[in-house]
Amino acid sequence: MQRVIDKVKELLANGVADRVLAWKVGEFPYDRIPGVFKDDLDGLCYDSFSACNLSKYLINETKKDGRVLVLMKPCDSYGVNLLIKEHRIDREKIYILAVPCNCKVDIEKIKDSGIKGIIDIAEEGDVLKINTVYGQKELDRRQVLCDKCLSCQGKKHVIYDEIIEDDEQQNIEKTDRMEAVEELEAMSPEERFAFWRSELSKCIRCNACRNVCPACSCNKCIFDNTDTGVAAKSNADSFEENMFHIIRAFHVAGRCTDCGECSRVCPQNIPLHLLNRKFIKEINELYGEFQAGEDAVTTGPLTFFTMEDAEPDVVYKKGRD
Amino acid sequence: MQRIGVFVCWCGSNIAATVDVKAVAEAAKGQPGVVFATDYQYMCSESGQTILKDAIKEYGLTGVVICSCSPRMHEATFRKAAESAGLNPYMVEIANIREQCSWIHKDMEVATEKAIILAKAAIAKVQLNKPLVAGESEVVKRALVIGGGIAGIQTALDIAEAGYKVDIVEKQPTIGGKMAQLDKTFPTLDCAACILTPKMVDVAAHENVTIYSYSEVVDVKGFVGNFTVQIKKKPRYINENLCTGCGACTEKCPMKKQPNEFNMGFDKRGAIYIPFAQAVPKLPVIDADACLMLKNGKCGLCSKICEAHAIDYTQKEEIIEERYGAIVVATGFNQIKPTQFEEYAYNTCPDVVTSLEYERLMNAAGPTKGHLQRPSDGQRPKTIVFIQCVGSRGDSCREKSYCSKICCMYTAKHAMLTKDHYPDTDIHVFYIDIRTPGKNFDEFYRRAVEQYGVDYIKGMVGKVYEENGKVMVQGSDLIDNKQITIAADMVVLASAVEPDPSARSLGTMLTASMDTNDFFTEAHAKLRPVESPTAGVFLSGMCQGPKDIPETVSQAGAAAVKVIGLLAKDKLKNNPCVAACNQSVCNGCSQCANVCPYGAITYVEKEIRTPEVREVRRVAEVNEAVCQGCGACTVTCPSSAMDLKGFTNRQIMAEVDAICR
Repeated sequence: MQRVIDKVKELLANGVADRVLAWKVGEFPYDRIPGVFKDDLDGLCYDSFSACNLSKYLINETKKDGRVLVLMKPCDSYGVNLLIKEHRIDREKIYILAVPCNCKVDIEKIKDSGIKGIIDIAEEGDVLKINTVYGQKELDRRQVLCDKCLSCQGKKHVIYDEIIEDDEQQNIEKTDRMEAVEELEAMSPEERFAFWRSELSKCIRCNACRNVCPACSCNKCIFDNTDTGVAAKSNADSFEENMFHIIRAFHVAGRCTDCGECSRVCPQNIPLHLLNRKFIKEINELYGEFQAGEDAVTTGPLTFFTMEDAEPDVVYKKGRD
Repeated sequence: MQRIGVFVCWCGSNIAATVDVKAVAEAAKGQPGVVFATDYQYMCSESGQTILKDAIKEYGLTGVVICSCSPRMHEATFRKAAESAGLNPYMVEIANIREQCSWIHKDMEVATEKAIILAKAAIAKVQLNKPLVAGESEVVKRALVIGGGIAGIQTALDIAEAGYKVDIVEKQPTIGGKMAQLDKTFPTLDCAACILTPKMVDVAAHENVTIYSYSEVVDVKGFVGNFTVQIKKKPRYINENLCTGCGACTEKCPMKKQPNEFNMGFDKRGAIYIPFAQAVPKLPVIDADACLMLKNGKCGLCSKICEAHAIDYTQKEEIIEERYGAIVVATGFNQIKPTQFEEYAYNTCPDVVTSLEYERLMNAAGPTKGHLQRPSDGQRPKTIVFIQCVGSRGDSCREKSYCSKICCMYTAKHAMLTKDHYPDTDIHVFYIDIRTPGKNFDEFYRRAVEQYGVDYIKGMVGKVYEENGKVMVQGSDLIDNKQITIAADMVVLASAVEPDPSARSLGTMLTASMDTNDFFTEAHAKLRPVESPTAGVFLSGMCQGPKDIPETVSQAGAAAVKVIGLLAKDKLKNNPCVAACNQSVCNGCSQCANVCPYGAITYVEKEIRTPEVREVRRVAEVNEAVCQGCGACTVTCPSSAMDLKGFTNRQIMAEVDAICR
């Protein structure tokens, strides 16, 4: 944490950028929201709660003059590559400081464990020291990690200008990210339909999933564009409403970096990332392993043609399974 | 609101027998914007078109829906009629109530219901139609023929004779194709070389023809009238300008153990070789996999012997880019190697050969100088069994479903030629049916039976096996209803023909459609048999389906006429149904450019002003002359900035809504 702040100070002093995009303490002591700092780094914070993906915020930041220093966790760096590839951010206008990550903590899980009235949280190794109105509590952080971190893509940064080396040992047991998708695949079509109807019916259309997604970076989303005729449709009935998420999954197919932000920010806890992971799994099976955002040049398999590509009849063949 | 007229065609009884056309017209009358609806026996006839034109004028129609056959059939007809009555042709929509409705339904009630729904969808679409104006593009006056067999040669000659430039791309070192390997040709028994080789010389010498031999098409871009094609010229390792074709190099090559493809592997050639004596161009080629010099830099004998100093081991493959107005596919066929048919023992018994192999064994210029010798021991076969329909006309996955068409005739030919040379040979032919339609064809076959006494046995062969130096053929005789076994010296399999494997990738490059057997499909099976559905792409010869030489040559000429008709035009009207970018919502993400097969999308930095934002950003721009309206960009664009004129997202959604309502 202090290493990160010191490095930011040093880089700003050296003039690599005139401001920094990082995490800032929000309304509650455990809130970490994106923030831009110039000279005063008061409130800049990087710790177990700095979960949000900053890559998308670079779109607006790079429209401004000057260069911005940005802190990047490994999983967020894929989003930067995606946005560079799609010409949404100018590489020249950012300076990327890669910061190490040993998974982030989900405040909701802390609350769910029965800890209420949180005043402050401090970290000591794997121990979270939680100061509450009811007194001091302790919790092993490994028990309250964000879901997205439990199956993340590892500690590799795919793009950076400077890196703060990781000195922590990875001591977290990871799960296979496709496990949940396979469970869904094993269901009968009726069960699966019922599952998604039930999950998606919780949606309140707050648009948080869309607004946070680095692949959902349209200047004007089709759901906000009256010309498309789609915006009004999605309000027509509850089934059309569900289609919002299905269409969104199609729009980000082949581009989703699997950063997991959609599910993390969902106030209704809908496992939206599973829709995207299903697409990732299909793409990997049909076109070979592909990780969106691995680099900033490779054209994705869905917008590229080779003679070895799956023929359209896979739809028929797969549909029979 | 548009003023829409709806015209329901009976198509004689094609539609009217299954669809209540009056009910469709009646239902259309109640739709929003419809001011006139009627039905008529043949809308495409002159009087039908007059009804359309009169109604446009009388009711001041701004949009027209014709409920009739597929738009592939008569969309152009009705657009033209509407235009002559002063309506923009793109204000006409077709509801296909024939192919997609009356022809596939039996029940009048459901067919009528569906026809009404299709009409409603077209009415909903035409509400959103906008008048479109077609631009023009120039025609490049040069044709490309892919494949240099008899089909390609004939097409190229005919185009060249009409005064247009034409290039032939042939992947083998010489033109000539399969016909060059044949001995005599049915039904007149002229020698194939005698009638083909003069044509090969003619085409090579023609001032309008350029031959790229040992070359392949690797990329095709563009559209009718303006294709840009990349041709990969494989290295021959011979300087074509210096080589005199003397052949001295081929004699000195020490690597003389390479199977000779031209003679179906029955004899050997060197690593440097000329495919056959009449090859065009008559230039040697070095087989890079066999040449010692190219493999490990040791040898160089051919280079030392060549007085013209034409050997060039450093030659590299070369990519040539050329523009064409029309492309003719003449990629031909191969005879399948019947390796998967173990019952015929082709894999195990050397004396079981395919008919193309037999052609070489009979040919005076072949490996045996025309003396019939069986491959195992060089003895003359006294009893020969011919088996027809090997791999053709089957219904299992290892067989082709189609009839290979040429086998009945060439088998009769083989039988007679063999008998001519060696009258004491016993010849048996197993057949399922004998198919000999064609001028002088049945007479030809009957001659084999009646004059030559060839033993035709109706029935299939179950097993071929070796026993005591004989090839035993066990089959059924359906006429006598018994199982028979013939002790033969040699067995000839009339194995199926199939399209050349290069056709598949070429079809993709040309976006030309193919059937399940990888034969190219024609634009219309009866009325447009030499055109591919892809504009500017034409078909010649076996690539379109099995056919014999007379048919191939006729089709080659027909394809040439179509090409000439196209090249004779100076300009072509473009399709105005092209993509357009709504730059105010474009993200500039390049996904549309990635999927565009025509390279029609470019990007510009442009100032965008909307009520929300004013900024300079990267946005897509469509080159309307290059765009072919395929729509790939519109479905790729996440923000729906790309839209296709004439098929806008809104129009399609309106159709879907009308269908689902």
